[in-house]
Amino acid sequence: MSLLRKITRRSLLVGAVAITGGAAFGIYQIRRPVTNPLQPAEGATLNPYILIDQGGISIIAPRAEMGQGVHTTLAALVAEELDAEWDSIRVLHGPPAAAYYNAALAHGALPVADYAMADWQRRVTEGLGAATRLLGLQVTGGSTSTVDAFDRMRQAGAGAREALKAVAADRLGVAVDDLRTETGRVIAPDGTELDYRDLAAEAATRPVPRATLRPQSEWKLLGRSLPRTDMRAKATGMAQFSTDIDLPGLKCATVRICPYLGGGMAGFDPAPALAVPGVEHVLDLGDGIAVVARNTWAAMQGAEAAQIDWTPSPLPATTEAMFDRIARAFEDRPNSTMRDDGRPDEVTARIEAEYSVPFLAHTTMEPMGATAWLQDGHLTLWVGNQAPREHLKVAAEAAGLARENVTLHTVFLGGGFGRRVETDVTRQAAQIAAMLPGTPIRLTWSRAEDIGHDFYRPAAIARMRGAVAAGRATLFDARIAAPSVTRQAIARLAGRNIGGPDKGHVEGAFDQPYAIPHYRVAGHLADLDVPIGFWRAVGSSFNGFFHESFIDELAHAAGRDPLAFRLDHVAPESATAAGVLEAVRDLSDWDAPRADGTGRGVAMTWSFGTPTAVVIELQQASRGIRITRAWMACDPGLVLDHAIVRTQMESGLIYGLSAALMGAITFTDGRADQENFPDYDALRMDTTPRIEVAILQNNPHMGGAGEPGTPPAMPALANALFDLTGQRIRSLPLAPQADFIT
Amino acid sequence: MALSWPLPVTARAGATAPMSTELTVNGTTYSTDAPIQTPLLWVLRDELGLTGTKFGCGVAACGACTVHVDGQAVRSCQITLGDLWGDVTTIEGLARGDRLAPLQETWIRHQVAQCGYCQSGQIMQAAELLAENPSPSDDDIDAAMAGNLCRCGTYSAIRAAIHDAARSINGGRAG
Repeated sequence: MSLLRKITRRSLLVGAVAITGGAAFGIYQIRRPVTNPLQPAEGATLNPYILIDQGGISIIAPRAEMGQGVHTTLAALVAEELDAEWDSIRVLHGPPAAAYYNAALAHGALPVADYAMADWQRRVTEGLGAATRLLGLQVTGGSTSTVDAFDRMRQAGAGAREALKAVAADRLGVAVDDLRTETGRVIAPDGTELDYRDLAAEAATRPVPRATLRPQSEWKLLGRSLPRTDMRAKATGMAQFSTDIDLPGLKCATVRICPYLGGGMAGFDPAPALAVPGVEHVLDLGDGIAVVARNTWAAMQGAEAAQIDWTPSPLPATTEAMFDRIARAFEDRPNSTMRDDGRPDEVTARIEAEYSVPFLAHTTMEPMGATAWLQDGHLTLWVGNQAPREHLKVAAEAAGLARENVTLHTVFLGGGFGRRVETDVTRQAAQIAAMLPGTPIRLTWSRAEDIGHDFYRPAAIARMRGAVAAGRATLFDARIAAPSVTRQAIARLAGRNIGGPDKGHVEGAFDQPYAIPHYRVAGHLADLDVPIGFWRAVGSSFNGFFHESFIDELAHAAGRDPLAFRLDHVAPESATAAGVLEAVRDLSDWDAPRADGTGRGVAMTWSFGTPTAVVIELQQASRGIRITRAWMACDPGLVLDHAIVRTQMESGLIYGLSAALMGAITFTDGRADQENFPDYDALRMDTTPRIEVAILQNNPHMGGAGEPGTPPAMPALANALFDLTGQRIRSLPLAPQADFIT
Repeated sequence: MALSWPLPVTARAGATAPMSTELTVNGTTYSTDAPIQTPLLWVLRDELGLTGTKFGCGVAACGACTVHVDGQAVRSCQITLGDLWGDVTTIEGLARGDRLAPLQETWIRHQVAQCGYCQSGQIMQAAELLAENPSPSDDDIDAAMAGNLCRCGTYSAIRAAIHDAARSINGGRAG
């Protein structure tokens, strides 16, 4: 006991060092370590994921918490090996840094269907993953976070644990192997306990011991449904989002940017805005104005009052003309033919159909916003975002500063869904802050601005040919036209145009596990400059609808039950995918007799590594058609947190059903016709079905959870409507075309 | 709450002389010289620094800004400072010190929140429901909560947390 006291007292001095910056340490299992952004000094052994100071253990999450529970699961990876006490850890967003590159993003790089990937191809993507390190792609997206972090963050925890034990061994004069760790302490055979906080500073200076990862059978945290680390803050109003930062002398701002997309501003009269009580500044942002005021309401009133002379949009004047432009892409050679089995041109089509889906907005609950403050030549930003390094770069450019003079804090995202990869609001906040040095700026967009200046899910058209014989599909020939998200986003993010086949454009269609002898999916890229971006499930969000609606048509043409028909074609290709179809069949009691006035539809999409099947049940009520039940089965392989995977599946389903039922952005003169939730609504408590989810773990490879629920929800709904009414609707949204209760 | 209307403190050239308005939020009385047309939402967030209440739409279509005025759930984006008729309770005032409100406890127990942005409004709406109806049915919950949008789709967990809170409140009364 006296020894412990002595050590504790001595460690307090070391602890003082730890308090100033915290001690960051551990292991990095790549030959040349990346720079640890948490380490103020040079040349130390490093670990970008763990910070220990006298306040306790902080785990640094390299990915953004936007509701998907990633802070909890990533922290659990570290805590599992570190033996940190779950209830006392803090989780922080990592700063913008190359160390936090997302290697799993490279998984989708090969032009190969995930389900059909050979081992050597997986190894190639791992090699490409190392290349993403060089690019430093710190992006939250593609349902990749857990896959990416699974080994790296456990290794960080294990290395740190061993380093702490090594220091304790020296201090106590005990062999390392005789020490054990528990809830943030190293424990000696005689019961002496050393707190990690008192060992951290010294451990950070040491070479990292080798550590082997614990087998799954010894896991205490992973594989359970853990209490989320962000839950209490979110139940008490304490969670901080982009516009919740309190700063001295804070002013509130909003923007009004040219609503005619691609148009600009010829001039403006700020006087009516300045006449609004509380408005202090009206600023010229080039393509619009910012209004700065004592509170956000005054800023919004001012922005509306300002007289602005907009210049027109170069876009086609109507939505119809935009679809014509998309259809024109069919006249050109395809950009890709990533599936080309058999000889589709030699098979006579029995069914030909055209499908289409509209542009969609993200409508995160939290409209776009950011806080920015330029003080003494240094810009500090607080913004919920999915790509911190990009946001920092853009902010530096906008403020005319070197990147080292910009600090960016990622805060909680009030929904992301792909929208917060984009840097537009960060650019504006930096611009405004740079125009008003010394004044902290809280920038909040109106909902109209948020819907009117989205990076939309693109509209898309599919032309399908199909044939059946003897109860089987013999031909599935799809041509898909849409503007390319990949190309537009990479041009925005990287400043250059890329060529080559666009896999993202046809994902969810070319890569589905069906055995069909004549099976082709061609992608045509449309020349249309509506701002488009990553929307939950990206290409699969429309291709899932095209593919699974048409499979349903083939099943009907073959006179088959649509679920049994799918199983017949899927089982030979993928036992994993067949497993989710069987699971959803059993969960929904698919083969049981149906009550009158009910309809059921099924769909299955393999996206982001996770095959997911959905059954939707509709009921014809006196007031209209109600979505009553939904059953889902997914197989993401090893599941680290069941509750989080289940809630992500439900979330993805509801997001997909909302879009399929009522989501559509239309344009007049390049301006979005929708402005707010009354004309761009989503499912509510009373219109959401009761949902049951089966989670399988037979997939040999880990898949994602955040997106795979969205694609199959849409065709399952349309297929259920067909089952109920006999009406095959080939364009979304459905509500304007059928008698749904919304 | 009785509103008081003190004399203008300062007058700026060319501007309407600002009036000071008192309001009571979570038991604390504040004075603000924000224009009386300012919606309560923005007084709370930008003038008083109570950012737990969220902006989602500005047109009472999403419920993210729900607070209580004299115990009644209202959309704070639609109530001006000048029209305020009673004491305000926001999410920050729902707990009693460290002791969370029953709904906050069950929100945590059922792990309701995903992004969390709408949850302050959801909890405030649910609190009014339980105050009026201590044992709501699913249909009662649907009717009360349909105005509160959640883009993450946490509805099933919200429903479970409300039922659970109802049980714990009723159990507490019975015991």
